[in-house]
Amino acid sequence: MAASPVLPKLVGQRVKRREDPRLIQGLGTYVDDIKLVGMQHAAFKRSDLAHARILSVDVSEAESMPGVEAVFTGAQIAEFVAPMPIGTPFPSPDHHAVAVGTVRYVGEPVAVVVATDRYVARDAADTIVIDYELLPAVVDPEQAMTGQPAQIHADFENNLAVALVPSGTGVSADLQTVDDTAVDKAFADADVVVSQRMYNQRLAPTAMEPRGVVAQYEPGKDTMTIWSSTQNPHILRSFIAALNGMGQDQVRAIAPEVGGGFGAKINIYGEEYVVAALSKRLGIPLKWAEDRSEAFLATTHGRDIIGYLDLAATSDGKVLGMKLQLIADIGAYNMLLTAAIPTLTMMMANATYDIPAIRTTLTEVFTNKTPTDAYRGAGRPEATYFVERGMDMLARELGMDPGELRRKNFIQPDQFPYATQMGAVYDSGDYEKALDLGLKNAGWDELKQQRDAARAEGRLVGLGLAMYVEVCGLGPSSSLPTGGWEHSQVTIERDGRISATTGASPHGQGNETTFGQMLADQFGVPLEHVTIHHGDTGVVKQGIGTFGSRSQAVGGTAIHLAGGKVKEKMAKFAAALIEAHEDDLVFENGRISVKGVPDSGKTFAEVAGYAYVPVPLPEGLTPGLSEEAFFEPANNTYPFGCHISLLEIDRDTGEPTLLKLVAIDDAGNLINPLIVEGQIHGGLAQGIGQAMIEEVRFSEDGQPLTASFMDYAIPRAADFPRFELDNTVTPTPVNPLGAKGVGEAGTLGSTPCIVSAAVDALSEFGVKHIDMMLRPEKLWRIIHGGQS
Amino acid sequence: MAQVTITVNGKNRTAEVEPRLLLVYFLREQLNLTGTHVGCDTSQCGACTVLIDGRSAKSCTLFAVQADGSEVTTIEGLADGDQLHPLQDAFWEEHGLQCGYCTPGMIMSAVNLLSDNPSPSEPEIRHGLDGNFCRCTGYQHIVNAVQHAAGTASKE
Repeated sequence: MAASPVLPKLVGQRVKRREDPRLIQGLGTYVDDIKLVGMQHAAFKRSDLAHARILSVDVSEAESMPGVEAVFTGAQIAEFVAPMPIGTPFPSPDHHAVAVGTVRYVGEPVAVVVATDRYVARDAADTIVIDYELLPAVVDPEQAMTGQPAQIHADFENNLAVALVPSGTGVSADLQTVDDTAVDKAFADADVVVSQRMYNQRLAPTAMEPRGVVAQYEPGKDTMTIWSSTQNPHILRSFIAALNGMGQDQVRAIAPEVGGGFGAKINIYGEEYVVAALSKRLGIPLKWAEDRSEAFLATTHGRDIIGYLDLAATSDGKVLGMKLQLIADIGAYNMLLTAAIPTLTMMMANATYDIPAIRTTLTEVFTNKTPTDAYRGAGRPEATYFVERGMDMLARELGMDPGELRRKNFIQPDQFPYATQMGAVYDSGDYEKALDLGLKNAGWDELKQQRDAARAEGRLVGLGLAMYVEVCGLGPSSSLPTGGWEHSQVTIERDGRISATTGASPHGQGNETTFGQMLADQFGVPLEHVTIHHGDTGVVKQGIGTFGSRSQAVGGTAIHLAGGKVKEKMAKFAAALIEAHEDDLVFENGRISVKGVPDSGKTFAEVAGYAYVPVPLPEGLTPGLSEEAFFEPANNTYPFGCHISLLEIDRDTGEPTLLKLVAIDDAGNLINPLIVEGQIHGGLAQGIGQAMIEEVRFSEDGQPLTASFMDYAIPRAADFPRFELDNTVTPTPVNPLGAKGVGEAGTLGSTPCIVSAAVDALSEFGVKHIDMMLRPEKLWRIIHGGQS
Repeated sequence: MAQVTITVNGKNRTAEVEPRLLLVYFLREQLNLTGTHVGCDTSQCGACTVLIDGRSAKSCTLFAVQADGSEVTTIEGLADGDQLHPLQDAFWEEHGLQCGYCTPGMIMSAVNLLSDNPSPSEPEIRHGLDGNFCRCTGYQHIVNAVQHAAGTASKE
């Protein structure tokens, strides 16, 4: 028999993505590419006021236009679509998919048109006349907390969505008793205290594919199929079923090719409920495709949290205590995870440090703005930013090197698992190792000399450093209201090919490649023989979705476990077929053979074929090779790293230029380093974007000022230097892969390290802190003493 | 309605269109060439970039009637049969895409860039792609892909 070709091990290799051939040829199918027979188009008429009472909605002209099938106002929609559910246990005001009685942000839907094509639907929506009574717009969250200038929701006095929740040292588990003794003592004992109000500004997630949804209700079968640009089709299915009075068995949700999500496509949106409900009511397939202007108004925003930080330390740089008062501006409504996002900022207040006493408080405030929800990093970049900026201020105050100050306060490797003051249990870490590699790769001491030499020439150059730790791989079900597990089914087909499903529905993460690599190695078959199915609840039995850097750590582990189960069964069939003991068998190079005798045994396909026509059927076996696994980790994972930047500010114009960015990331074991690099690059780009050019702004009357790409700057290729990446590897004990997750990492260290570099560059002007983003005008005013 | 005749990926296409119909929707909805994407409505993002008479253009910024008589190449028409265009291959090789939504437009812009400047420097590549947004990659692997293709081209 000819020797089988030797298949290389793929896990840990830079394998080219299997998703790419279709995408580079324009052959991917995104939601707006879907056409169904008889499909009509929906368009939403949206509020152009931030806060107003709806007095009347005149749809008569729209209804009379040729091609218009139907028009519904919010009140009419409310007759058959219940207020939208949320995914957190926090109290929440009624939120109708289409506004009833009052509009509370610019962009809130007021009516919906269904017509034969998208142009007609939009034309008709434009003719709808709404008579409003203007109400005062609530824009400033700190003013809103006093109930001024208006109360947005009837049952939420002082606009408080979440009122002053304490956490940290001396707070009882039920949050009912707060003992400040330890925190007060830390501050009393301190030689130095730094205090700063900081603002982590509002951002627009801005996936390049706006949202979109197609729904097809089939009355004969009483089933619904909904295609949506979503990160979590299974959650979508549950919610769509519930709001349409259908069972989850009657609804099939499909996330086809999804053009980015970044957290904003976790939420289940009003447009999804309405399109599904109208498809059912009108008996037609229906599509809605968001345009970019709508996306800036109606897709959830991220961040928008104020932090009041106090840091107490000894004169030699040991941090004794921290106070962090958080005020989150969540916009007009609670969405799926809105209220939970800032709690992650509280949870990560320890950062990478062993801090004896911490007190945080969290207040969440309604304002007349687009609601917030998850955005890449979701609460953790905010925590990292506040604490790392604080550490930088402390280093500056003490005249210490920022790296040395951090070294002095790190949680040490022998302290893991480390239970923080904030209730997290960090799984594993070696922060000093990441710091040392960062300092070495950046050439920290030489960079300091370069900076000083540049300064001697009158240039404004600064260095910044930040450490981060994030919470990923969510998580046990106790940490996620949707359930914190993932599911997979691995099937060896009759021809020996492998089909595997994953509930971790990707939108650019490359799971078809990484999960394929794992299974190819596990079974010793070529990667081309493995197909990963995802994003379709009709094919993938169960799942949660892709967010919180969880797809590898949780979804990948489910694949690994399901694969292990089916491999065990397949070994039994192989053992019977080749008359060997199953423990002596190896799966490699497309064969199952006796260890050390590669040409013994049978091909993978021969064993698969036997398993489906098992004559004779081995004792104790049932036919077939298909096994499933749910995996729920016992804990989250806690990836970490160190980011260093060098930045120059033009003295004449105030324009900042990022000259260098070094990122050390530790995501545990890596399946595909090429894909990991891509994830880190993307996260860095969004973090640098936040630090330097991105900000959602509103006018005093709640009008969005940044509602197109003309006004909201997302980074372009020329905005970045070449990123310099490296990694340390500290596997997690939380899952058998040792993988921690990497999707959000880049957004964490980048913001504080860049702002700290800007503060360093402007140190000659005595500046202590600069709020993001680093608008040239703001920097110019610091340089030129506020004189214009 | 107006009649247009446009050569798209080498095929003559004649159609009756509304004068206000954007070229991108003509391609996507009348010809079912959905590889050309719509990412904004202000002509910034470049997801809709195609070649018109060999030059890159944003197909959301033109009416179909303005393309009457011209030759349009979309991402679907870039490969030579089964042979990927060197830039398509380079984007694959260098992991120059993640979600893939910006990719067709990005590749079409890069085709234009390399036809103007077959051996661009890194800053020239970064500035040359100024009209195309990518939210996933941070652009580094896209730059690598263009360099890769330029290298391939120079070896040929």
